[in-house]
Amino acid sequence: MVELLPSPDDLAARVPDGAMVAIAKEPLSPTALARALIRRGARDLHLVTVPTATYVADLLIGAGCVETVETSGVSLGEFGPAPRFSAAVKSGAVSIKDSTCPAVYAALQAGEKGQPFAPIRGLIGSDVFAKRDDYMTMPNPYDPADEVAILPALRPDIALIHADLADAHGNIWVGGRHELKMLAHAAHRTIATVEEVIDCDLRDDPAKAPNLIGSLYVDAVAPATGGAWPIAAPGRYSVDEDHLAAYARLAKDDAAFADYVRDQVFGAQSLEFRAAE
Amino acid sequence: MSELKLEELLIHEIAGLLSGSGHIACGVLSPIPGAAAMLTARREGAKVFIIGCDLPEFRCDGGVELFDQAGQGRVDAFFLSGGQIDGKANINLHGVGDYPTMDVRWSGAFGSAYLYYLVPKVILFRLEHSRRVFPETVDFISSPGVSDGGLHRPGGPHALVTNLCVFRFDRERARFRLASLHPGVSLEEVRDNTGFAFDAPESPAETAMPSPDDLALIRGEIATMLANPYPKFADRIFGVKAAA
Repeated sequence: MVELLPSPDDLAARVPDGAMVAIAKEPLSPTALARALIRRGARDLHLVTVPTATYVADLLIGAGCVETVETSGVSLGEFGPAPRFSAAVKSGAVSIKDSTCPAVYAALQAGEKGQPFAPIRGLIGSDVFAKRDDYMTMPNPYDPADEVAILPALRPDIALIHADLADAHGNIWVGGRHELKMLAHAAHRTIATVEEVIDCDLRDDPAKAPNLIGSLYVDAVAPATGGAWPIAAPGRYSVDEDHLAAYARLAKDDAAFADYVRDQVFGAQSLEFRAAE
Repeated sequence: MSELKLEELLIHEIAGLLSGSGHIACGVLSPIPGAAAMLTARREGAKVFIIGCDLPEFRCDGGVELFDQAGQGRVDAFFLSGGQIDGKANINLHGVGDYPTMDVRWSGAFGSAYLYYLVPKVILFRLEHSRRVFPETVDFISSPGVSDGGLHRPGGPHALVTNLCVFRFDRERARFRLASLHPGVSLEEVRDNTGFAFDAPESPAETAMPSPDDLALIRGEIATMLANPYPKFADRIFGVKAAA
């Protein structure tokens, strides 16, 4: 039975230190959940980005929640490099497991199928491959001259998702974001914030029923209106360009980033604080 | 008609390089390649997919489908760039210095360590032509320009387009050859700003100018279409605002 909890902070309490957590790329980044994790003081997370990430990963890394980041790329997109990510990798404050987008998907697909590994084209001869001691090659058993890269299946402990809608049964509607279904299937459990919890059974709607994360995969859901802000939630709000431009500037400086976290995560300027007013 | 902008020259040039590609994919942060793909779509009927774009015409299913399509050989052309690109067309999206605690750390590979191997015509694009960006050897091979003969590799680099010139890449020799210089650029200027050795004809051609028809198409329909996936670029270059 899916638990409907009051707030992202209640969800964050379910994420133990050291967990392997996975976050899908924007839009709909789970930023309210990330802020709650920072408020909880989460530590030593193994953060998997599916397959890339922007602001939400930079924030979690900068706030000291992450020990290992497994990613195909972290940047602030059109707002430039991800300052806290770059600084943390440079200093060794986080350890990095670099990958490439389709490899993350292939490893998750193996995870969702319960298979031990996935073969994938490309990769061989790159330093991405060379630096990953868990990536290997094997001859294609059907054509031994054909060497392919193989990756271990990826099964995150917890998928952290922000979605548009959930119903009272814990079904989560993800629209066309099929990789969110893959992620939830591959993860051991899923916790999600949603813009809105609606009092119906989403499985009754033939347009929405094929695009649900079924409640079987879901541990707990909490409402978080604006839970992707400052990242976009299509159909509800667009990206907060001014905020991200300001973040890109502030996050380059240690003290300014600390002030940002104090104000925007813990303080009266935070979305959660303003929503509670 | 107002003076030709570098961006317009490059859109037209890249559209020429894309000619014959039935399915072109590009990233949502690549407005010039995106515009070139749109121009090829209008001229030849190519299908264009822009990663992360929500316009129905350019949309792809979820995040996975592009990679599946590339694996099957359904994507004919794609664009990559790099913080460094070297003379063997190795690209570096990871950083400068010794991995992993590099002196400068960039974003990471994104899809390059896969798509570069599988998409037949990869066009490299970088608007900062300097020895820093084009060294003899990259510090980190996010994705290699060429692979050993045995590896399944239908894809790879086709051309490198910069703010100074256009190179074509010879995969057999793993070497760039200058194809054309943009108006006002000399071969010496290119050599002075390139850290790797490349071949060049004695008197290189000048990068072709768009015809009046193509330029009208770029400044009209293409500029308007661009405003959805690339609002800042469309506004800055063409003064076209995104529809509300």
